[in-house]
Amino acid sequence: MGGLDLSFVNWEIISKFVVNGFWFSVQLTIIATLGGIALGTVLALMRLSGNKVLALPATIYVNGMRSIPLVMVILGFFLLMPFLIGRPIGAELSAIITFVAFEAAYFSEIMRAGIQSIPRGQVHAGQAVGMTYSQNMRLIVLPQAFRNMLPILLTQTIILFQDTSLVYAIGAYDLLKGFTTAGKIYGRPEEAYILAAVVYFVICFGLSYMVKKLQAKIAIVR
Amino acid sequence: MNLDWKVFLNDDGGGRTYLEWMIQSWGWTLSVALGAYVVAMVVGVLVGTVRTLPNSPWLVKLGNAWVELFRNIPLLVQLFLWYFVVPKIFPAMQKVPGFALVVVALGLFTSARIAEQVRAGIQALPKGQRYAASAMGFTTWQSYRYVLLPMCMRIIMPPLTSETMNMLKNSSVAFAVSVAELTWFYTQAAEETSRGVEIFLGVTALYIFSAFVVNRIMAYIEKKIQIPGFIVAGGTGGGH
Repeated sequence: MGGLDLSFVNWEIISKFVVNGFWFSVQLTIIATLGGIALGTVLALMRLSGNKVLALPATIYVNGMRSIPLVMVILGFFLLMPFLIGRPIGAELSAIITFVAFEAAYFSEIMRAGIQSIPRGQVHAGQAVGMTYSQNMRLIVLPQAFRNMLPILLTQTIILFQDTSLVYAIGAYDLLKGFTTAGKIYGRPEEAYILAAVVYFVICFGLSYMVKKLQAKIAIVR
Repeated sequence: MNLDWKVFLNDDGGGRTYLEWMIQSWGWTLSVALGAYVVAMVVGVLVGTVRTLPNSPWLVKLGNAWVELFRNIPLLVQLFLWYFVVPKIFPAMQKVPGFALVVVALGLFTSARIAEQVRAGIQALPKGQRYAASAMGFTTWQSYRYVLLPMCMRIIMPPLTSETMNMLKNSSVAFAVSVAELTWFYTQAAEETSRGVEIFLGVTALYIFSAFVVNRIMAYIEKKIQIPGFIVAGGTGGGH
């Protein structure tokens, strides 16, 4: 390996530069997943409501978000926010808002498929015993939709975790930035990229292995 | 907020208008996406096919490893590896232009996803098709060439459509290594003109328009080649 030297890495460097970034990536992933699923479920319900006034804006939002690159949304929101509210907001906060708004479009499509996978008879049965729309959704449809879609929601979360590296565009301090900063300071940028790749790989591979196990478990129950 | 669309007619200081610059950047976006699409299809179909071979456990393992490797590292990190690390390890690569490295990075990243769909497509075919091919005396190569792959490619068209659109969107990471595509144009032009909103809307419109056109073309192909009676195979959504 021509001129690569990984020996500069030690625990001190990791805890000084990488742990902070890793923590932000994890936070961003969790907030964007929970927020994205919540907002996405609302969007999915709007699209399935049968009411054009609700369905049309939700459809435009979801399809619009899904045809622009995430990097553009991250950059756009970060650069345009100062025009809208009059003062700049931090890269980290900007990233969190952007990810929730962006991922909601993708989670909405998953939740829509999940809701549609519930047989109509169950909704009718709910109505027959006198349940309101919200009771029907809350107690019958959404819990099942959520369970059916759990593996796909988790797979999307893994993709989301990988995508958090794109906050590079606005300089937020995430896992990747932690490694590149350490690499720059110690004059070993190439090694830092390799280590970053290894860490991302181990995390994502481990998580997708667990999702596979979970999928097998759920498949038996169903 | 007042929008001033005349900003697109301003000179960028190099003798062209921002509109012309934007159209050129659009060309780079499309070139990156198209080049990477070719790489991804060739490698993806090859790796996906290898993963379904009946009597080559080592090739299957190699194919699976390929998919896991390229699927579990973020695209941006893979791009940096190709752009900064590979030329350092192999000095001969230093003469390769950045554009080519981006095409390779995006192409191989997507090849893992296409390989996954090709594998799912082949395995979704009824077992009888493979047996029928053997019964006719076809070699493994012939049964893939004349029976399995033509069927598989036709039933995986719908998931391939979304991969094609992902390709367009993912080409935006090329801005990180200063390939002059749309996202990079946006960062430069927004700064130079202080008219971020107009530039953003222009660039976004081009991305949406491109995605729409690709979607229509793929929908047309899908309709032309779909096999009556076969439901869609392949993975379940996800990704951007």
